[in-house]
Amino acid sequence: MTEATAGTRYRSPRAIAWARRRASWSSSWGIFRKQRSGIAGVIILAFFIVVALVSPLIWPASDLDVSQATGPILAPPSWAYPLGTDYLGRSVLTLICWGARVSLIVGLAATAISMVIGTLVGIASGHYKGLIGAGLERLTDWFLVIPFLPLAVVLATILGPTLQNVIVVIGITSWPGTARIVRAQTLSVGARPYLERAKALGAGDWHQMRRHVLPNVMPLVLANTTLTVAVAILSETTLAFLGLGPSDKVSWGSILEDVFQNAGISQGAWWWLLPPGLCVVLVVLAFTLVGRALEVVVDPRMRER
Amino acid sequence: MSSIIPADVEPPPSPEAPVRRRQRGKGESLGRYSVRRILTGLGTTVFVVVVNFFLFHMLPGDPLTNYTRGRNVDQNQIRELRKAYTGPLWVQFKHYIRNPFSSHIDSAQFSQPVWKVIGDHVWPTLLLVGTATVLSTIFGLLIGIKAGWRRGSRFDKWSTGSTLVLYAMPEFWLGMMLLILFSTGLGPLPGLFPSGGVHNPELSQSSPAGVLSILFHLALPCATLTLIYLAEYSLVMRASVLEEKSQDYLQTARAKGLRDKLVRRRHAVPNALLPSITLIFLNLGFIISGAVTIETVFSWPGLGELTYEAIRGPDVPLLQALFLLFSVAVIASNVAADIVVASVDPRTRS
Repeated sequence: MTEATAGTRYRSPRAIAWARRRASWSSSWGIFRKQRSGIAGVIILAFFIVVALVSPLIWPASDLDVSQATGPILAPPSWAYPLGTDYLGRSVLTLICWGARVSLIVGLAATAISMVIGTLVGIASGHYKGLIGAGLERLTDWFLVIPFLPLAVVLATILGPTLQNVIVVIGITSWPGTARIVRAQTLSVGARPYLERAKALGAGDWHQMRRHVLPNVMPLVLANTTLTVAVAILSETTLAFLGLGPSDKVSWGSILEDVFQNAGISQGAWWWLLPPGLCVVLVVLAFTLVGRALEVVVDPRMRER
Repeated sequence: MSSIIPADVEPPPSPEAPVRRRQRGKGESLGRYSVRRILTGLGTTVFVVVVNFFLFHMLPGDPLTNYTRGRNVDQNQIRELRKAYTGPLWVQFKHYIRNPFSSHIDSAQFSQPVWKVIGDHVWPTLLLVGTATVLSTIFGLLIGIKAGWRRGSRFDKWSTGSTLVLYAMPEFWLGMMLLILFSTGLGPLPGLFPSGGVHNPELSQSSPAGVLSILFHLALPCATLTLIYLAEYSLVMRASVLEEKSQDYLQTARAKGLRDKLVRRRHAVPNALLPSITLIFLNLGFIISGAVTIETVFSWPGLGELTYEAIRGPDVPLLQALFLLFSVAVIASNVAADIVVASVDPRTRS
């Protein structure tokens, strides 16, 4: 009501905040838009997301079923099978499109876990001085030095090969990098005057972290997220190749495992080997490009370069 | 600590805190820093040792049955297994912690002490990953320097583009692609290289022909690893050359009349090398964990392939020892990286 009557003169704090947010989003988008590689990344990702969404509508899940495969075995590309068939007579194109689903889901969900843990630990370890902060910092450092692959392998062996477990394994092995970046940013935010003002006004730890530190850390986390997705997808591919992926699902990594385990190389079945790897490269590259473009948006120092 | 500072210089009301802060500000001596760094490294090792115990005790199933299923296990081993895997958790932990680095339990697949099995597999890994590390460091740094110095040039665009693609590549896929191209042979390409192994078993390893055969077998896996590692080095080097390029001291060097080449070689590159040195030392730790997937693809009998076999088993005692070895290698190289960087750049100590 007050907003309506006061017209342009008076705006509620919320309205001002929203106007400011809109302005900052549009200026960020302006910077992002100028980077051709970032836009290329977005287009590639959009393509793969569409593929992942529509593939069940085109090919029923029974096309992946080993016992219902109808095609010739290890046939090179033809009109009926644009990317040839695998050792069981399944269409490689169908496998690839269905594989996009698992690879993307694992990449995104694992990153979500990793981001939540990384951000929480990072902010807390930067904000709390004393025992909690030091303890969390140590914990981050410890996880940082444990080599990823052995830890993931052991965890995957322990938890068992299901989709959720693969997501959890990748999520809880990839957060320390984020935590470290977030912690550094939290420390630098903590030294700024407005946080001191908030403290002087009696803001509690929770309020400070949620309303002042978190908004300042978020852009950095966002840029880091896209880079983490890239790593997570590569990790999924590697785990699946080692036979630790979800055993009942087709992913790009599991196709590559099939190629390796079933003499695809010695038979020269390039149509079976090339496409899944190419998809991984494209998607990971796309996430990397978007992440780099976002880093430029977030970090003005990188703009002149 | 307070005895180092003479009391009459500055009588602080509470001696502990200010003294410590002043020492930090000046930067500690290298020896002191190294000792502190090694101690934190040992702390991390303790953490890893403890994790190694609990991680593997979460494995489902009864370890005794898992281990002895379908195999002949001698009485001595069974006694060791009982000690390690029965009783309350803390008793097991006490048994483990007494000697975490020399497991009394044999590898399930090899029926030999795990450290002997590991010892047998170390050399191929060092040969393969060591060679690839040296090659990729040299080429990666050179590419990074050239690309960063001429930013936006055609060379920069191409090299940055291709390193990003290499960075996005699952390394075992690249290995399999090289295998199908150069070992199986595709179309007009003949299969030139061997598909796996270290050497031709018919030749003696020390004869000239045997050495050639080893090099021949090394070519493809080593090329794969070099390409994959190279990406990281060149990206990091490019970024740090860019960082240095805008510094004032380079302007000074140019104003002195130095040629562009000398400005780069004598002034920019030495300063830009710091992040790369850190990276090189950090990666030393990963030499030992090798390349699990690459060794698997090329049937290279190193620690990586051993890990793969241990996973497939699963051969728990072997996996446990490998996990410990890899972690300790990474921790050691982390400590080494920090100390080397601190000795090169005193700023990091303050």
